[in-house]
Amino acid sequence: MAMPRSNTATGWLLAAPLTLVLAAFLVLPIVMIVIVSFWGATEFSIYPAFEFDNYRYLFGSSVAWQVFGTTFRYAFVTWALTLGIGFTVAYFLAFHVRTLTWQITLALICTVPFWTSNIIRMISWIPFLGRNGIANSTLLSMGVIDQPLEWLLFSDFSVLLTFVHINTFFMIVPILNTLLRIDKSLIEAARDAGATGPQILWNVILPLAKPGIMIGTIFVLTLVMGDFITVRFMSGSQSANVGRLISNDVGLLQYPSAAATSVVLLCTVLIVVAGLLRLVDIRKEL
Amino acid sequence: MSKPKISYSRRSILKGAAAFSAASTLSAPMIWAQDIKNVTLRQFGTGVSNLNDVAVKVKEDLGFTLEMTALDSDSVTQRAATQPKSFDIADIEYWICKKVWPTGNLQAMDTSKIKLFDKISPIFTTGKLTPESVVAQGTAPSTVGFVADQGAKEFAPEVTNWMTLIPTIYNADTLGIRPDLIGRPIESWAELLNPEFKGKASILDISSIGIMDMAMVCEAMGEIKYADKGNMTTDEIDKTIAIFIEAKKAGQFRAFWKSFDESVNLMASGEVVIQSMWSPAITAVKSQGIACVYQPLKEGYRSWGGGLGLSANLSGIELEAAYEYINWYISGWVGGYLMRQGYYSAVPETSKEFMDANEWGYWYEGKAATGDITSPTGQKLASAGDLRDGGSYSDRMGKVACWNAVMDENQYMVRKWNEFIAA
Repeated sequence: MAMPRSNTATGWLLAAPLTLVLAAFLVLPIVMIVIVSFWGATEFSIYPAFEFDNYRYLFGSSVAWQVFGTTFRYAFVTWALTLGIGFTVAYFLAFHVRTLTWQITLALICTVPFWTSNIIRMISWIPFLGRNGIANSTLLSMGVIDQPLEWLLFSDFSVLLTFVHINTFFMIVPILNTLLRIDKSLIEAARDAGATGPQILWNVILPLAKPGIMIGTIFVLTLVMGDFITVRFMSGSQSANVGRLISNDVGLLQYPSAAATSVVLLCTVLIVVAGLLRLVDIRKEL
Repeated sequence: MSKPKISYSRRSILKGAAAFSAASTLSAPMIWAQDIKNVTLRQFGTGVSNLNDVAVKVKEDLGFTLEMTALDSDSVTQRAATQPKSFDIADIEYWICKKVWPTGNLQAMDTSKIKLFDKISPIFTTGKLTPESVVAQGTAPSTVGFVADQGAKEFAPEVTNWMTLIPTIYNADTLGIRPDLIGRPIESWAELLNPEFKGKASILDISSIGIMDMAMVCEAMGEIKYADKGNMTTDEIDKTIAIFIEAKKAGQFRAFWKSFDESVNLMASGEVVIQSMWSPAITAVKSQGIACVYQPLKEGYRSWGGGLGLSANLSGIELEAAYEYINWYISGWVGGYLMRQGYYSAVPETSKEFMDANEWGYWYEGKAATGDITSPTGQKLASAGDLRDGGSYSDRMGKVACWNAVMDENQYMVRKWNEFIAA
């Protein structure tokens, strides 16, 4: 009797620190947000209540639907582009770079942009893409265009460009990780069996890379859906995603409304992630 | 002395704190001269007037310590309304005063203790710069500047002996333009939506101020006639936002700005040639050697103003120190400092002693500069022969069409504003 009891106790003790940290810094704040989302607000204060006004407004307003739509659109396009670029880069690193030293060196070079802050990388696009920016003046002097391109900056284009620029790395790393684990003899066997290059890619490599793609997808989707600062800077405040809706509410001291929007966003992201996890059992495949 | 003493005690008892200290220090006004050096006054407000140089000068001239905290205007409002014990002096805008005064967190000032009260610009007392002026729309400072007696929660329509805020900084805002890129005179707010500037206009994304700039534009276009631009009906808000959503969808705007720096960059880089702007932002663009004009418009200015309010918790020696501070604030040094930044001070004449004739002529009288004009930090802003945009004090402040305000339908307006941004 003594043995199992002490084992149980040890188990509990070992799990306790992490559990407590998660409970205090993850669960509790989320519970708090959920609670506040039912509160009411005046212009200067929030008061405890149990009312559905915040949610009713959120689901009843065309703005909220529109903004959620924009958020999904940004997330989807960014996902597709980062996947395409990320997979290509990872494929190149895994199968075309022969030595491990070079693989590591090139992978590290991919991290160079992370040496400066996110926001600085974002803002540095603005002078580049502006009406009188480097891109436009170069194109003008090369004679490619005779009018500056207006859509380069403060547009969906600049928002997506920045999203892709900032998030592609989160796609590269997990995909590279899975690609490097692929047994090279599998590819040789496929070739021996007469498979063409595209067939190998589609039938051998892609299925084996699924867990990496899935992890990268989760990173990119959650980062893009939770963002507010990229959209604000790169669209020149002209378009809105859910993050901006929340940040506006916080700025106007409408915490309950911000909390309700956050809860809806959190649920949306969780549903998307849960759906993705059904497609691929990450744990089994890793 | 007996009247204020009674009322301080009553207030203190109501608060259940510091009753005896108030009574004892007030009866011995001679002692505080030595003790005042130990006093620390905590002031909070928006960044625009929380100037470190002022705190340094207070220590030098008056001997006591002034601690300053700079916050954004939403946080300032919240703090003034909900945390009365966290400050001694609130540096707030007049529209914030309108919201905060009813909470009872501020105490009215006895005008007989303000030495230069008679010299305060009439904008803040009667609301009329000249006897024939009309009080502008919005939260005009004169409408929230006085209460009938010390404990009153409602504003008095006329000048009384109890003042709510002592005005500190104010100015008249208008559109900023790039004359070199526009190349023709701009005379009306309606130009902001002129298709000629398609993709080259901007407006600020701060709903409470942005909506007023919008109203100035819609009225100038002749689309809407407002009863009070500072307090629109939901119908007026709907119409205003609809006009701007249409313009936004047609591609009129290049971007919206939220921070001072953004407005400077948009203008300096030529992304935008006409936009709502604040006076120091124009100065910042000019100091890069780029032509930028704070264009006076025929419909008038949208004006704003801030002032110092005393916390209801102040009593005894701290209260005396606060009066001392306020009297010092309007006695000229601060005024000179502010005027050199392009703002105005409550008692403009006193600033004259702290400015040279060239500066006074340029900033206040609207005369051509006789030499270089520099900012308090030494940057050159204008050279000999230049004129201030908009002219003299009375030319600019006499043409205020509307004061910054907070509307009764504020929450509705904010939601409509979000629609505009998401459209």
